[in-house]
Amino acid sequence: MKFISKFEGPWSTPKEPLDVKTGEWRAQRPVVKDKKCRQCGWCFIYCPAGCIRETEGNFVPDLDYCKGCGVCSYVCPAKAITLVREEF
Amino acid sequence: MSNLLDARGQVRVLDGNRAGAFGVLLSRPDVIASYPITPQTPLLETIYKFEADGLLDASMIEPEGENSAMGILIGACAVGGRTFTATSSQGLSFMNDAYLLAAGNRFPIVMAIAMREQVSPHGVFAGQQDAVLVKDHGWIQLYMESCQEILDSLIMAYRLAEDSDILLPVNVCYEGYYLSHHSQRVEVPRQEDADDFLLPLKSMKRLKWTLDDPMVFSSYTFPPELFTEYRYKMCAAHQRAKGKLDEIDRDFRAKFGRGYGGQIEEYRTEDAEFVIVTMGSATGTARVVVDRKREQGVKLGLIKIRMFRPSPRERLIQALSGKKAVGVIDRSVCYGWNCGHNYIEIKTLLSDLQGPPPKLLDFIAGLGGGDITSDLIERAIDGTLAAAQGKDQPAVTWLSLE
Repeated sequence: MKFISKFEGPWSTPKEPLDVKTGEWRAQRPVVKDKKCRQCGWCFIYCPAGCIRETEGNFVPDLDYCKGCGVCSYVCPAKAITLVREEF
Repeated sequence: MSNLLDARGQVRVLDGNRAGAFGVLLSRPDVIASYPITPQTPLLETIYKFEADGLLDASMIEPEGENSAMGILIGACAVGGRTFTATSSQGLSFMNDAYLLAAGNRFPIVMAIAMREQVSPHGVFAGQQDAVLVKDHGWIQLYMESCQEILDSLIMAYRLAEDSDILLPVNVCYEGYYLSHHSQRVEVPRQEDADDFLLPLKSMKRLKWTLDDPMVFSSYTFPPELFTEYRYKMCAAHQRAKGKLDEIDRDFRAKFGRGYGGQIEEYRTEDAEFVIVTMGSATGTARVVVDRKREQGVKLGLIKIRMFRPSPRERLIQALSGKKAVGVIDRSVCYGWNCGHNYIEIKTLLSDLQGPPPKLLDFIAGLGGGDITSDLIERAIDGTLAAAQGKDQPAVTWLSLE
């Protein structure tokens, strides 16, 4: 019997995640203009995938998991997030 | 001053819900999330009273519905907590996707189901349709005969669920009203004995999410080989759970002097030529009828199915081999098959039995809260005996419609 996971259930560790990089499904990516960002965190709160990461300076989408839905851009009161079409 | 409510270490007259509440109290759960639904409600009410009176140290959470209740327990279980909830009928349906998530993620949640007929037609009365409907959702399901068995099985359920070889959620199922609201003599174990019985779990490894050591769970699974691997591992755990329950039952008997046979209980089957199969509260009545038939010289025995999921196939094959006729009493129906669930389950074993296969008949009884009386059971037995003598009998008899 050949197994991929060392765990009994569908669990893994953040270092060796056994999951689907949902970012591969993305057709458009959010780009944050650092100068405009007021660090209010609305994108962080609203992101349905929970993939906005808080950094020291501002908020950054985790492109491994961001599906490009655009909610962050829509809710941003500073209009600091724009969506840019992905090239395939 | 001693608390009158605290019956630990005493013999009391308790209904099934209250007996179950003591099983939960004795198992020391960390988190209880609950939403009321008849006939389960007094079970959770009693647990709330335990907490209010300081007997139980657990987080009590009242969400807006059953789906959230199960969701909360999934979170509590992910961080290593011991959890409990209970539901019935439509409540069970309403938590369906969280119910599936709990099993698939291998969270050892224990949940009581006070079984009630499932819609439609609408009815709040006893049945088994609600619990048997979810038999393929990955939970272990144990079915109860008495109030004492409910209490004892809840403690055993934690030993089974949280065992590092198993890690599966467990349902303790008992018919609404017949057990949930019916009072019987119940021996309530002492706390130190229950603690001692659950002690082996303390040294067992369990998947656990902590802030220092976070884990990923319930993410999208790909490639298909990994998905298949998780399914395979869960099937293997179900296979292991069968022998594990027998083992836990033997341990329980050694400690408390009461045992239930593990996956199935055989009653007067050693020299029996004919057998009736029951599951749930009707078993007690069936024992009396078997005794009566034995006095008349009929070589009759009884098999009680305790573990419905995983299927106790191997034990049933052993128990049913060499019998001339088997009558199954079912308190549920399977659409498209025109019979009950246990009839189908046993039918699939016939070709694996040693010797010539027995005649197999199904008797549907007790739907919509109907009594499964000794008279109905006697008719089921007489039909089974007639089939063994070569008389033409229908494969499925709807007892209350005859």
